[in-house]
Amino acid sequence: MNEATLQASLADDSAWSGVAWALARDLKLALRSKAELGVQLLFYVIVVSLFPLGVGPEPGILRTLGPGVLWVAALLASLLALPRLFAADFADGTLEQIALAPYPLPALIAGKILAHWLATGAPLVALSPLLAMQFGLGGEETTILAVGLLLGTPTLSLLGAIGAALTLGVRTGGALLALLILPLYVPILIFGAGAVEALRAGLASGGELSILAAALLAAVVGAPLACAAAVRIALD
Amino acid sequence: MLVAQDLAAQRGDALLFQGLDFALRPGAALFVSGPNGSGKTTLLRIVAALTHALRGKLTWDGSEIEPFAPAMRAAVLFIGHAPALKEELSAEENLASLVGLHGASAEAPALADALATWSLARQRSLPARVLSQGQRRRIGLARLRLVSRPLWVLDEPLTALDTAGIDTLRATVGEHLGRGGMALIATHHAFEPTAGTSHSLRLQ
Amino acid sequence: MSTGSLRWFKYASPASFFPLAGKLVPWFAVPAALLAAAGLYLGLVVAPTDAQQGDAYRIIFIHVPAAWMSMFIYVVMAFWSAIALSFNARLSGMMAQALAPTGALFTFIALWTGSLWGRPAWGTYWAWDARMTSELILLFLYFGYLALRGAIADARRADRAGAVLVLVGVVNIPIIYFSVKWWNTLHQGATVSLTAAPKMAAIMLSAMLIMTFATWFYAIAITLVRVRAIILEREGKSGWAGELAGAVQ
Repeated sequence: MNEATLQASLADDSAWSGVAWALARDLKLALRSKAELGVQLLFYVIVVSLFPLGVGPEPGILRTLGPGVLWVAALLASLLALPRLFAADFADGTLEQIALAPYPLPALIAGKILAHWLATGAPLVALSPLLAMQFGLGGEETTILAVGLLLGTPTLSLLGAIGAALTLGVRTGGALLALLILPLYVPILIFGAGAVEALRAGLASGGELSILAAALLAAVVGAPLACAAAVRIALD
Repeated sequence: MLVAQDLAAQRGDALLFQGLDFALRPGAALFVSGPNGSGKTTLLRIVAALTHALRGKLTWDGSEIEPFAPAMRAAVLFIGHAPALKEELSAEENLASLVGLHGASAEAPALADALATWSLARQRSLPARVLSQGQRRRIGLARLRLVSRPLWVLDEPLTALDTAGIDTLRATVGEHLGRGGMALIATHHAFEPTAGTSHSLRLQ
Repeated sequence: MSTGSLRWFKYASPASFFPLAGKLVPWFAVPAALLAAAGLYLGLVVAPTDAQQGDAYRIIFIHVPAAWMSMFIYVVMAFWSAIALSFNARLSGMMAQALAPTGALFTFIALWTGSLWGRPAWGTYWAWDARMTSELILLFLYFGYLALRGAIADARRADRAGAVLVLVGVVNIPIIYFSVKWWNTLHQGATVSLTAAPKMAAIMLSAMLIMTFATWFYAIAITLVRVRAIILEREGKSGWAGELAGAVQ
């Protein structure tokens, strides 16, 4: 197959093929290192459990704190998993090959982030109702919380990926990543926890969840592009 | 055809080389040698469109090379120092994954064939984690026959290869040059491909 | 554009910009000092005491200009970052690098003066109101940029990584501000608003405006000084800088 045919044959659905390649490979890798995934989920559970130990088990206080705690813990758990998104590929030379592949780099990165969220964010969302129960959240509150996390955690992965790409190969990586990304997480946290607060205040929380959905859409479009720029800068 | 004019490169603050001129025509291989730190890897990465040159002009088929340009990504097969293998995947899975990344597809028989050519038939299903340096390098090189690109850029491909591996590499590169392909190879010891013309370039 | 515009591109190289920046510094530093003197005189001495807040309100003559500059500088950094990425220009990256510490300083001053203002006016050093909380997050954004640049050894890579970070940040700032404002109204009961400045007599407005220009000129002057230092540090090995150092000695 000569160069021209290669370029032509790839142009058509090259973005989706790129996403598919990255998604399939990264999921396969994630499933083979199940221990790592378990650790991250455990971290979430432990952090959430620390708060009652810190403020006392009084149900009223816990119920008030609940949504905020569950969201903040989700942010921190997300930060914990992020460095692994690009670090391994960067170290073993795969990231160079990915950047040189004929597929669009943002598409390949989007596939990686999706796999990353499925492996780290989705389990967190699934576990949240159980933890919400520990804080005495009602049924409707738990639903709003879970939907918020479902919409918000992918955005956290997308935004966090930008930070992970910018800090590739930097020694203080993890802490620096947190400093860079946490300010960007603030709106997600505010609307996610705020949705439950709004419900409690007797307002409909549809607005907040819509904003989370809009943020997710914007992140899906923008974050892979910013990541691609950052990855190229790191490889230069 | 690859043409370099007055090429200069730096890494950090250090100027690696300057005033570099060369041309690479179909059927030819250019072997780049030089002491460690002389800029061989940087030169290869510039040609592979991974990084900027400091000065000078580098053209491929007449158009100037920009880092990550789609034209270069479709034209170049770059194999760097690191073998780009995932520890958790088997030799065969790694090869399939890399081949897929390059936009080609390979069925199981073709993959098995490629691995056998590089004496990896018995290691097919073993995870890369347990393989030796030489075996890992050979998995990376196995994709040379499965992916079709006019320009090969190989950084120290001989590392950890035994004589059988070196012979296979000579034959593989020779076939590529015979079909009109080109190769830019950084190596401490030049080797003789089985076909095509060879030139050498020494960086100080 | 006149043919003179072609002349300006020559200043895009750090080597040519260096002497120009040096010549420009006094043109901004002196007016900055004069304006600051005038503004502070008007604000601290001439402007009348406020009926509700007494003399404590006078800190807004520093607080508000500092807050405005902290935002403005970030936007200017974003502008230089966009240029640095689009044209791979060294000088643009250096300008962003030079602006950041001043931006962070103004943000810190805004936070500090806002806190000092809060105490006598509303009894608390820190109330989580929308503007102050957003300003705090802006401070984190500045620190993040400085930390990222500090952590990356290669100056060119630091330029470009920092540029991506600032551009992502500048897009997010309105979102962050909007979300913090929303958060504030949701929890209205527990918060106090520091946004209620006293009703502004004309003289107070003039003083505020003068101080704003003073801080703006100061920012330009100090950035030019800093960018000269950065140029020397980064281009240090190349011929012209060595000659300059030789001439200075």
